[in-house]
Amino acid sequence: MKRFTHALIEKNLIILGVLTLLTVAIGGLVQIVPLFLVETTIERVQGIRPYTPLELMGRNIYVREGCYLCHSQMVRPFRDEAERYGHYSLAAESMYDHPFQWGSKRTGPDLARVGGRYSDDWHAAHLRSPRALVPASVMPPYAFLDRPIEAEEIKAHLRAQRAVGVPYTEEMIAEAANDLAAQATPEADAAGFVRRYPNARQAAFDANPRVVTEMDALVAYLQMLGTLVRFSDVAPDQLRQP
Amino acid sequence: MARKPETDAATGVATTGHEWDGIRELDNPMPSWWLYTFYASIAFALIWMVFYPALPFVRGLLGNTARGDLAAVMATEQAKAAPMLARLRAATPEAISADPELRAYALAGGRIAFANSCAGCHGAGGQGAPGGFPSLADDDWLYGGSFEDIRTTIRHGVRNGEDAEARGTAMPAFLQAGLNMAQISDLADHVLSLASTGPANPAGAALFTDNCAACHGDRGEGNRAVGAPRLNDRIWLYGGDKPSVMRSIAYSRAGVMPAWEGRLDAAVINMLTVYVHALGGGEQ
Repeated sequence: MKRFTHALIEKNLIILGVLTLLTVAIGGLVQIVPLFLVETTIERVQGIRPYTPLELMGRNIYVREGCYLCHSQMVRPFRDEAERYGHYSLAAESMYDHPFQWGSKRTGPDLARVGGRYSDDWHAAHLRSPRALVPASVMPPYAFLDRPIEAEEIKAHLRAQRAVGVPYTEEMIAEAANDLAAQATPEADAAGFVRRYPNARQAAFDANPRVVTEMDALVAYLQMLGTLVRFSDVAPDQLRQP
Repeated sequence: MARKPETDAATGVATTGHEWDGIRELDNPMPSWWLYTFYASIAFALIWMVFYPALPFVRGLLGNTARGDLAAVMATEQAKAAPMLARLRAATPEAISADPELRAYALAGGRIAFANSCAGCHGAGGQGAPGGFPSLADDDWLYGGSFEDIRTTIRHGVRNGEDAEARGTAMPAFLQAGLNMAQISDLADHVLSLASTGPANPAGAALFTDNCAACHGDRGEGNRAVGAPRLNDRIWLYGGDKPSVMRSIAYSRAGVMPAWEGRLDAAVINMLTVYVHALGGGEQ
């Protein structure tokens, strides 16, 4: 009987093919199976909602400008991060992020819980000229964001998010342009907006209520980061991942 | 080209049977220290898989999770700090400041909390920044500089819409409230004259008495009860040049500060109060 050696595998096309397939299949399963189980990792907490149209546009600007290259959005379960940033990030808090903005580099601070820690004025002033407020900062200025936002295609953005699993309703998509304007205009009649996006904040984020700018969108997005889950109301059991 | 393995004449070691342009490779065994380290690492991995999470749906015998580790570390560290934090929570900032031990602890802890939560707006040394971010290192206070005033401001913030007890009232935007730009220009002249940085303007003075004095005082001395800034000094929140003052009158200003109660522990708020009070302008 021939011994089962490396030379045998190299010289027998069928054995080589079958063993190659087996190896690739194991590698593939390791990568693919978790995708089908991702739902089971999401904690059962209250308060997570899809992004408002304005926040979604702000998030697109965040991605466009590459903010993730210097800012993470992931408070890891370590003591130093808990002391500095607050509760560790939950899977549930990223469930409507496509693509997620966890990042892997912190030239600047983590932003997962930046919402509400500064005033809107601060964010606008700091984005325009970071060193006017934080002298040691190495962040580039983003004063050009004070330009009207181009959001004609906002419905398509919502539809694209829905295609990958974000539960936007037909009504949300139909009203997207109105909701976008309403959130950035404090005086606007926003009963519909408030009903569609509970807990979303209406404000003139860049202190100019007359024009909806890219600054409005980015500040609206930054100001809601990490604010959806009220951790004072969360029972430890709700954070358990099966 | 692969050939039948043969023994190398010079060393007596078998070759791999491969030859490249006359160069042949000896088939020496790997060093035994390397080989046994390799086997040991495989054994270590297997033991690890038994005790720690490595496979889907298997927690491992120790039931270890990163979140569980954090909870254990936090419990240990909080237990260490608990007695001191309980004292800091129970005492008033005034009492903390009077007790040398508590004061040293509060200043050290307050410095760290300030760097993390306050320095973004108020500056690393509490020096503030132009554009509505007040200095905390001088004796000019919008809402008062006593221990209790400072603590109230930190707890509830200013005009944040999230805390019912937040400080701050809304100044009217006088361009909408009935003044025209010429009147606003006169008013700005008068405001600058209050701070002795410009000539008097009688028309502006009359407008000031009618529109501004109720909150800012007849001579611009300010009113801390409503957060109306003192105007007869040269400390400006939004700039002391005439265009900036006109802008403030025409469109109003409304600085916002978050409420820190709920975000920070009561002991941390007390430490911050003592720290801010000690930055330079604390009042008794």
